[in-house]
Amino acid sequence: MLRSATLRVLLVTLGLIALAALLPFFVSGYILGLLTIACYFGVFAMAWDLLFGFAGEVNFGPTFLIGVGAYTAGILDNLYQPPIWLCILAGTLAAVTGGVVLALPALRVRGPYFGLTTLVAVLMLQNFIVVDASLTGGEIGLTVPDVISASDAVNYEIALWFMAASAAILFSLSRSPVGLILQASGQDPVQAGALGFNVTKHKLVAFIISAIFSGLAGALMVFYLGSASVGTFVDVTVGVQIIIAAVLGGRRTILGAVLGAVFLIAASEALRPLGDLSNFIVFAIALVVVLIFPGGFFGLLTRTRENP
Amino acid sequence: MSDAPLLDVRGLTKRYGGLTAVKDMSLHVRAGEILGLIGPNGSGKSTVMKLIMGIERPDAGSVRINGLEVAGQPAHRVARMGAGIVFQHSRPLHRQTVAENIKLALLPDKLTRLFADPKLDANVRAIAERVGLAAVLDRRPATLPFADLRKMEIAKAIARDPRVVLIDEPFAGLTSAETAAFSDLIGELRRDGRAVLLVDHNVKSVARLVDRVVAMYVGERIAEGTAEEVMRDETVRRVYLGGAMTTAARPESAFRDAATPFLAVENLSVHYGKAQALENVSLHVHAGEFVSVVGLNGAGKTTLFNAISGLVPYAGEIRREGAPLRGKSAAAIARGGIVQCPEGRELFVDMTVRENLDLGGQHLPTAEAQAQIAWLFDLFPILRERQKQNAGTLSGGEQQMLTIARALMMKPALLILDEPTLGLAPVILEQISKALERLRQTTPITVLLGEQNVTFALPHADRVYVLEHARIVWEGDPARFAAEAGTGYL
Repeated sequence: MLRSATLRVLLVTLGLIALAALLPFFVSGYILGLLTIACYFGVFAMAWDLLFGFAGEVNFGPTFLIGVGAYTAGILDNLYQPPIWLCILAGTLAAVTGGVVLALPALRVRGPYFGLTTLVAVLMLQNFIVVDASLTGGEIGLTVPDVISASDAVNYEIALWFMAASAAILFSLSRSPVGLILQASGQDPVQAGALGFNVTKHKLVAFIISAIFSGLAGALMVFYLGSASVGTFVDVTVGVQIIIAAVLGGRRTILGAVLGAVFLIAASEALRPLGDLSNFIVFAIALVVVLIFPGGFFGLLTRTRENP
Repeated sequence: MSDAPLLDVRGLTKRYGGLTAVKDMSLHVRAGEILGLIGPNGSGKSTVMKLIMGIERPDAGSVRINGLEVAGQPAHRVARMGAGIVFQHSRPLHRQTVAENIKLALLPDKLTRLFADPKLDANVRAIAERVGLAAVLDRRPATLPFADLRKMEIAKAIARDPRVVLIDEPFAGLTSAETAAFSDLIGELRRDGRAVLLVDHNVKSVARLVDRVVAMYVGERIAEGTAEEVMRDETVRRVYLGGAMTTAARPESAFRDAATPFLAVENLSVHYGKAQALENVSLHVHAGEFVSVVGLNGAGKTTLFNAISGLVPYAGEIRREGAPLRGKSAAAIARGGIVQCPEGRELFVDMTVRENLDLGGQHLPTAEAQAQIAWLFDLFPILRERQKQNAGTLSGGEQQMLTIARALMMKPALLILDEPTLGLAPVILEQISKALERLRQTTPITVLLGEQNVTFALPHADRVYVLEHARIVWEGDPARFAAEAGTGYL
């Protein structure tokens, strides 16, 4: 029963990706640009879902990991212009290092304090960027001299396949034995410990994996946009949007996070004529979905199969 | 089989702040032996289990599993040294099947294992067949009856073939047929040559299964021997049944509201999911009467009180002076004068003693509140001294007095006391006992007391109900309790 449901989900997903890959032939560069952002957002949200949905830790600061990755890559390119892949690699490593430095003390405290620690980390990063303006571009933002490509279609395909690969890796991980142990650690850490699992070790690894994908996606996005600013990568609002995307899509599903991200970007675009009201409406929709369908979009799609 | 114990605990001590939960505790279990660790609620027996498993760190003492010291190590290490535990409450993985839940317990603690060993599936099946879950392997835990969920917990605990198995309240929530099946499972663990430690409230529930029993009270060991020896032990009898006690019951005919008693509970039933917490419970309390409901932890006392206070949904009827309470909010019931002192005390620990009392007297006019506080300080003199201290810094006994005092600030018509003696030393019990006696003698208040400590519950009671496994099994006046209901209670 479960296997056939999983298989169906996989087939549908593959079909959707194939369709999405053909989009550059049909839609405008503007739409492609939006979808590119949606893909990176989807990765942010999936990485967050691994931590919250599986390890059970609410990370209020996904933008800390993203921001460290993005800014490290951007600053490096700005200062020395090494090959872009090197900048992206450095950004990813920096996000992982930052993640470990944050997670080691944060995982020692329980419950809301973990979330609070991650939130404070975001604020510290934000302050650092604003204060050290000569290095980071401060409030104006950082312009990087290089981009991966000037073509909308190329950028879109990179983002799409990066997202697909991330989804495949994170989804398989969630269904693997490690994913099972992670879920147990998140839901009942005392029992997971009594079953012989080092709960802290597993949660730390979940944090590192989350940091890898967040940092990588952040760095890639810098070389798509050609710039980095607090408002796009670090601000707490961005973090909240990522969290909403993941919860809206359906937590503990990994794939649902992509749905949520695409919905958020599409909805705010569709409602753009309404001006400032558009964000309000998007958030209101998110609130309603979370309150009425806590399983999210993905939960709605698979509900009939999960509870026969 | 060697005679060296598989589990050897010596001098185990655990303190939480000023409270010593476990004091110099020693016990041992050999291979192929079942030891029962019993004690009333708050005696520290569950803490002992957590200390052995490494869920809590002991302050002193030694825990040896198969000869190796594990005290102070984290739970996952202790598990790998050969200990397994069956929790009373656990949260299975609800999105996974029973098979996957069992498989979880078989996985190695490795991050590199991205694909499970295919041999695991055969192991899962073998374990499921042993505990009788083979037919439901592909179902999700939420669709299983309670007894099967317990079996799943056993399956998880024995999956790694532990030499030492700890089981917390093995039979809680099971019917008698299920209990028999579960007993057989535990018996099999003994035949495998494992050392089994059963933790429970009373000897009776585990008597048929255990080889030896260790009894605990307020953190210390008070007796050891066969089930019969422990049941005959003078100290144990005193702890559970109380010594020679004087009762001063007023006859039921002395209360004038015989036709419509102040509180009448009729055919009350409460379910928590699949577990039945109360079954057709009927009782009544007259205005001014002191009624005790005695029963072990898990018998359903708290559920009964929560139903009366409007905190849980129920079938049946609860009437106050003839009028049904159903449909009234918990807040309305409390404002109407039915006030509960919850088992967990629920004080505002970061507020001072005085502030806690002032909160209780919020609705009273200032002068009346002052008078009430003065009267309460007279009833519990220690609270006057502690006025400016934060409630969290009080000892357990002082906190209990404050809880009762805060409830009395609301000038209740009916005061419900849920386990006021929980985890308290005998000297404190005496102080609270005296205060209750004064209430009985000098005020028109009605009291409904829930207790497992009979010594405390009987002297003040006008009438006693015994609650056992969700049902009222005995009702009568306290003088007849020891003779008629005492043995069933041990």
